Amino acid sequence: MPQGDYIELHRKRHGYRLDHFERKRKKEARVVHERSAFAKRVLGIKGKMFAKKRYAEKALMKKTIAMHEESSSRRKVDDKVHDGAIPAYLLDRDTTTRAKVLSNTIKQKRKEKAGKWDVPLPKVRPVAEVEMFRVIRSGKRKFEMVSSTAKQWKRMVTKVTFVGPGFTRKPPKYERFIRPTGLRFTKAHVTHPELKCTFNLEIIGIKKNPNGPMYTSLGVVTKGTIIEVNVSELGLVTPAGKVVWGKYAQVTNNPENDGCINAVLLV
Amino acid sequence: MEVMDVEREVSNNNSVMCLLTDPEGEPLGAPLYLPQNVGPPQLQEIVNKLLNNVEKMPYAFYISDQELVVQLSSYLQKNKVSVEKVLRIVYQPQALFRIRPVNRCSATIAGHTEAVLSVSFSPDGRHLASGSGDTTVRLWDLGTQTPMFTCSGHKNWVLCISWSPDGQHLVSGSKAGEILSWDPQTGKQSGSPFLGHKKWITGISWEPVHLQAPCRRFVSSSKDGDARVWDISLRKCVICLSGHTLAVTCVKWGGDGMIYTGSQDCTIKVWETTQGKLIRELKGHGHWVNSLALSTEYVLRTGAFDHTRKAYSSPAEMKEAALARYNKMKGNASERLVSGSDDFTMFLWEPASSKHPKARLTGHQQLVNHVYFSPDGQWLASASFDKSVKLWNGITGKFIASFRGHVGPVYQISWSADSRLLLSGSKDSTLKVWDIRTHKLKQDLPGHADEVFSVDWSPDGEKVASGGKDRVLKLWMN
Repeated sequence: MPQGDYIELHRKRHGYRLDHFERKRKKEARVVHERSAFAKRVLGIKGKMFAKKRYAEKALMKKTIAMHEESSSRRKVDDKVHDGAIPAYLLDRDTTTRAKVLSNTIKQKRKEKAGKWDVPLPKVRPVAEVEMFRVIRSGKRKFEMVSSTAKQWKRMVTKVTFVGPGFTRKPPKYERFIRPTGLRFTKAHVTHPELKCTFNLEIIGIKKNPNGPMYTSLGVVTKGTIIEVNVSELGLVTPAGKVVWGKYAQVTNNPENDGCINAVLLV
Repeated sequence: MEVMDVEREVSNNNSVMCLLTDPEGEPLGAPLYLPQNVGPPQLQEIVNKLLNNVEKMPYAFYISDQELVVQLSSYLQKNKVSVEKVLRIVYQPQALFRIRPVNRCSATIAGHTEAVLSVSFSPDGRHLASGSGDTTVRLWDLGTQTPMFTCSGHKNWVLCISWSPDGQHLVSGSKAGEILSWDPQTGKQSGSPFLGHKKWITGISWEPVHLQAPCRRFVSSSKDGDARVWDISLRKCVICLSGHTLAVTCVKWGGDGMIYTGSQDCTIKVWETTQGKLIRELKGHGHWVNSLALSTEYVLRTGAFDHTRKAYSSPAEMKEAALARYNKMKGNASERLVSGSDDFTMFLWEPASSKHPKARLTGHQQLVNHVYFSPDGQWLASASFDKSVKLWNGITGKFIASFRGHVGPVYQISWSADSRLLLSGSKDSTLKVWDIRTHKLKQDLPGHADEVFSVDWSPDGEKVASGGKDRVLKLWMN
């Protein structure tokens, strides 16, 4: 690159070469071929970057050509004959197609059957059994270091549990899993994802605990558990006109650490 | 009257003072003392005698809008009416002929490849035409119940079809805004298309034959907001009635020569037909006007044809007969117009006299899709999306009865020619026949596989045609 203006000075004083403009024109015409040769030859990351840039240019060029091709002359509106003919009195009304509603309910039923949920927290950290349960020693000499009469078959659940309203403990001699009353909760703080407001709703039951069916049947509530809550106070109504009173929600916190169950409603 | 006095002494029941009045409220003769064992047949004799009818006409009797079917004594006992006051009995002439209710599907004719959007019988009841979403109009042979002609030429769905009152022309309007006319004898297009509308056609109505025979002019309404009057012999648009700001949803040509257009801008405009000037604007609705009905509509549609199935040789004869029928139907009252709207109410207007409505008919819980006067003008029926059909008095607009039975929005209704039966087609794929006398369901006609878009009862009362989304045309007979 010239570091002064000597080229301009020479041009001013003596003018251009006789074939200057022709050579310039022809050189510019050859740029296309040179670019193409470069694109074919270049390798590695350099090649990839160049190819990306070249593609972007191509797309832009196509768009501008299409834009220019739109003629300003008005063409006759050529309506294609659509499916789903409706009479004149229904034309301006948008009626939700029954088929769509039907297929949606069927799909939802299928999903429920399969047990697959479209949940906000699809993956949760698995909780090990040793973390979930604490071994309780029972028997005559349970506190000896080494004792032949000590039994260790009882377990106490260290996580938050939900037991239904009609829950009665098994006779203490026979109960294997102890669910302490201090860790039993009946209500959950449920957030509606769209309305972004939180309600304190009663839990109806535990639907699924991701750690296993045993925990589901025990009623253990950990992060990621699907619970069913009573939403009658929200006043939701199905399209058929029935009032919705139970909905599923997924637990989003670790209740044993916080002392409360926070969940997000699955709409 | 001497006969009555003798009867009074003979019977040991009490007698009651009655005053017979006609539907408009004018009394027929002086109040009479009638014994209480008098029933409708005796009342019929009295009325025939008082009116000096040459042939015995059937009448129905109503006391405070309730039909009198038993003797006066049982009625008085049931309703505990005092004998001291004069009892007003309204008599209504009934049609001489009686239509039998249809109860079976005689034919399911396939042919259309898309949903059937409109069906219509010709005014003499001999031809049947249907327009569909596959852009064709098909003519069906009623004798053999098979397809007769397929008329193609439209560019998009055929939304409305309309027969001329003399039965000579059939015109159809499509979603592309074009109107084509067909010759019902050959099934071929007669002439070039009527172009002019820019959006789809929502309704077509012919000029009554008693104003001009043979039929030449018809008016079409479109979504683009104007209504156009076309001449079928000149094959062009003669008048363009523009003024509505939104789509015109329905148009009717009245018997006194005025055109009524109802629109989505919540108004109804009344136009005169020589120059296309706006006469009146009827405001009052709160939402789109969906449907209009005229009290003389049935007579205008059928023209000179009636149940006697007489054929007319010349247009002049037809015009005279149609005029006679029209005048008889109209009486001395002016034409009544009813409009049904999306604001769940209907208005009863007398457009010739005033621009204020005579009555507001409320009661529906969803939009009113279709309103239709009975052929004798005494009743008015309305079909609504709230799954019910309501029956109203056609003269005063008072609510009479509600017909419930459909489980989906009711789309269209049609009357039988004797005004005794009402047919309704609904989204739940059934048709139902309702009895006007008993206010109950007469016949349920299931059979369609999908929504029923259009129903029509033939003017001779023999057949009912229905078409819908399942693409077949069903003919129902007795």
